Amino acid sequence: MEEYAIELQGVTKSFGSVLANDHVNLTLKKGEILAILGENGSGKTTLMNMLSGIYFPDEGTIRINGKEVVIRSPRDAFELGIGMVHQHFKLINVFTAAENIILGLEGKNILSRRDMEKEVAEKIRQIAEKYGFDIDPYQKVYNMSVSQKQTVEIIKIIYRGADIFILDEPTAVLTPQETKKLFAVLRNMQEAGKSIIIITHKLNEVLEISDRVAILRKGKSIREIRTSGAVAEFLTEMMFEGKTFLDINRSEPEDRGVRISMEGVSVRAADGVLKLDNVSFKVSAGEILGVAGISGSGQKELVEAIAGLQKAETGKIVYYPPEGEAKLLSSMAPSEISKTGVKLAFVPEDRLGMGLVGSMDLTDNMMLRSYNEGKGFFADRRAPRELAEDVVKKLEVVTPGVNTPVRRLSGGNVQKVLVGREIASSPTVLMVAYPARGLDVSSAYTIYNLLNEQKEAGAAVICVGEDLDVLLELCDRIMVLSGGKLTGIVDARSASKEDIGMLMIGEGMKQ
Amino acid sequence: MRMIKRGSISRSKALCIRLAAAVLSLLVCAIVIVAITKQNPLEVYAGIVDGAVGTGRRLWVTIRETIFLLIVAVGLTPAFKMRFWNIGAEGQILMGGAVSAAVMIYLGKSLPNALVILLIFVSSALIGMLWGLIPAYFKARYNTNETLFTLMLNYVAMQIVTFCIVYWENPPGSNTVGVINAANRGGWIPPLFGTYGMCVLLVAAVTVFIAIYMNRSKHGYEIAVVGESQNTARYAGINVKKVIIRTMMLSGAICGFAGALIVSGSSHTISTGTAGGRGFTAIIVAWMSKFNPAIMVIVSLFLAFMQQGAIQIASQFGLNENASDIITGIILFFLIGCEFFVNYRLEVTIKNSPKH
Repeated sequence: MEEYAIELQGVTKSFGSVLANDHVNLTLKKGEILAILGENGSGKTTLMNMLSGIYFPDEGTIRINGKEVVIRSPRDAFELGIGMVHQHFKLINVFTAAENIILGLEGKNILSRRDMEKEVAEKIRQIAEKYGFDIDPYQKVYNMSVSQKQTVEIIKIIYRGADIFILDEPTAVLTPQETKKLFAVLRNMQEAGKSIIIITHKLNEVLEISDRVAILRKGKSIREIRTSGAVAEFLTEMMFEGKTFLDINRSEPEDRGVRISMEGVSVRAADGVLKLDNVSFKVSAGEILGVAGISGSGQKELVEAIAGLQKAETGKIVYYPPEGEAKLLSSMAPSEISKTGVKLAFVPEDRLGMGLVGSMDLTDNMMLRSYNEGKGFFADRRAPRELAEDVVKKLEVVTPGVNTPVRRLSGGNVQKVLVGREIASSPTVLMVAYPARGLDVSSAYTIYNLLNEQKEAGAAVICVGEDLDVLLELCDRIMVLSGGKLTGIVDARSASKEDIGMLMIGEGMKQ
Repeated sequence: MRMIKRGSISRSKALCIRLAAAVLSLLVCAIVIVAITKQNPLEVYAGIVDGAVGTGRRLWVTIRETIFLLIVAVGLTPAFKMRFWNIGAEGQILMGGAVSAAVMIYLGKSLPNALVILLIFVSSALIGMLWGLIPAYFKARYNTNETLFTLMLNYVAMQIVTFCIVYWENPPGSNTVGVINAANRGGWIPPLFGTYGMCVLLVAAVTVFIAIYMNRSKHGYEIAVVGESQNTARYAGINVKKVIIRTMMLSGAICGFAGALIVSGSSHTISTGTAGGRGFTAIIVAWMSKFNPAIMVIVSLFLAFMQQGAIQIASQFGLNENASDIITGIILFFLIGCEFFVNYRLEVTIKNSPKH
């Protein structure tokens, strides 16, 4: 059995009454790339955390390179040659790439700091050259893009001599170009004999990169198959027991008049950088307007400016209600916006850091929008509680109850709670940022269908997205931002991915 | 051995763990007592109980110390719940006390007693409010560090009280203010059912109010959201600056009012020791109780009980008062330490560690 890098047998892990992994079997051959697929909460991350020493299994055996082992801590895992890149990077911002990479390693001898850095940087360069990474060892982490940070995490593991790599949703935060680069690197690593496990939700990526696919459902291992024999539909079917969700039901938009218009709006970040540069557009009731762009092109500032969370330095944001007078949103704080009766719903990118309070339960999170309603000193908890129960039932939120802190829910369920609350007020404007990030296919399509329902009900929907395939299928029009500037608005029914890609980098190339 | 986080734990099991910790702590205390003092631990325990509740007078003193600690802890709760590290309760108490003394000295002889007491309550709450407002304003406006700010204000309050003592010195040369209005008891909170009955009622009212305020009111909800995430608060349309300022004014007002209770209800004088470290001890009370006012009552009572017991065993057994601090320390160690076992369970793995 020497050919297996990892063999898991009957691995079980429960948290309280929740069975996260139920007698899971899994094998990783040496020098292969294995993709792990599964819905949110199907136990993928838990399983990988047991391999990297963060959790300890209740039952079952783990064999590494044919030998049975006990992994008690991340150090044990690291000594067995297992390295994991987590979804949330664990880097120190004020350190350079090189400093982060050697952090926690025992030094051979105490050289001067500069000599040591030189030696480390040299070694990092060799690794980068060998596998095709692009990295500056002296760059500080806070100056890095997401993809650069990921590079540091991967090199950190290689530097430590690991030969089994676990990547937890590495492409969720990358642009298509960055994903391509990552995959090229992974193939080089594979050629050098490293074994790799990659967790992802994107089927096309599974088909592109992996040799075999392992499927988890509700904490159980379902099947391991060769990727070459699998087609996308077949995989989805296996994951969701016969349900397929590969079509978004897009209706023709009905023009019901402009809801929001932005005229020459510029937004400057606290550090003085111009994040949004003279942007003008209109969005109408009954349409979905997509917002595309390389991450950090001003998407966040765009939606936050409309919500009143960012101050527009110049320009006007005007809201046109179905009836009554137009209102100037750009001069209002978020509390004023809701007080003047503007039904603005916003699903921010940072769900637990902005949209919800992680330590509060479902009921209290529903209150976030409504607590101030009604007169008097006391806050009404009955209506939010009913709303929470309603959302749980309608959107099939998996939770022990409405008194569970939302932090304990899985990513997809957190998003359902947030979206459920935001659409409950029957908004006239609905803004969503990366609504399906980190969600499995089934949850993602639930969310897309909800957006379509809102559109048909006459809401103006603004959807910031990263997956161009989805934006092209979901939206009516797509506006593209590049470096804070609006580079174009295209018709989603006729535009191609390439058109949008050109607009995405249009400004970037001039700089 | 591994620590495993418990997903959930039944109430009865958690209670068992805490009771076991309490019993264990008394056993360890007994061993320490025998080892160090060669006294019979049961007699020492009896001494503590006797000191705390042995006579009617002692019982009232213990109750007094309990409620003074409790009201400060209750006052700190809104601020701490908002993650505003208010360690300035000491100063807020002193300022409340100083203003109470001023009202007693200047108006206590001329106005009717009820009016004087009312003025004491209002003015002490107002000055405490101001003492809470100052750091809150700077936090909201300039994002200054509230821990340092509130701490420094304690020293300012201390200096003001020192100045007042010089100014109000009575009799001259004593370097103290002496008992104010000893003759007509102007501004003294009258007894009710016993020496401090009125104070008990007032503290109970404040405690119940804060419990409702934090758990049922819109303000309480805003405080919880701001404490968890200011970003979320802004998103929900909560005016974060306003909430910070309002909450600290409330917190300061209650601590200032505590100063009035201490001066007007108990000591009838003012000194730099009026707050007596309660502003800091109350932080422990608030945290140990996880900001639950009902538990705060129990924790305050325990600390006051041990403190009064200490005074007794110090004289009875010729120990110094630190002996009781050791006992309190051991008991707290076990009670706080047992929370670990409420949250985690230990598991012993039999297999050998991997060989490399």
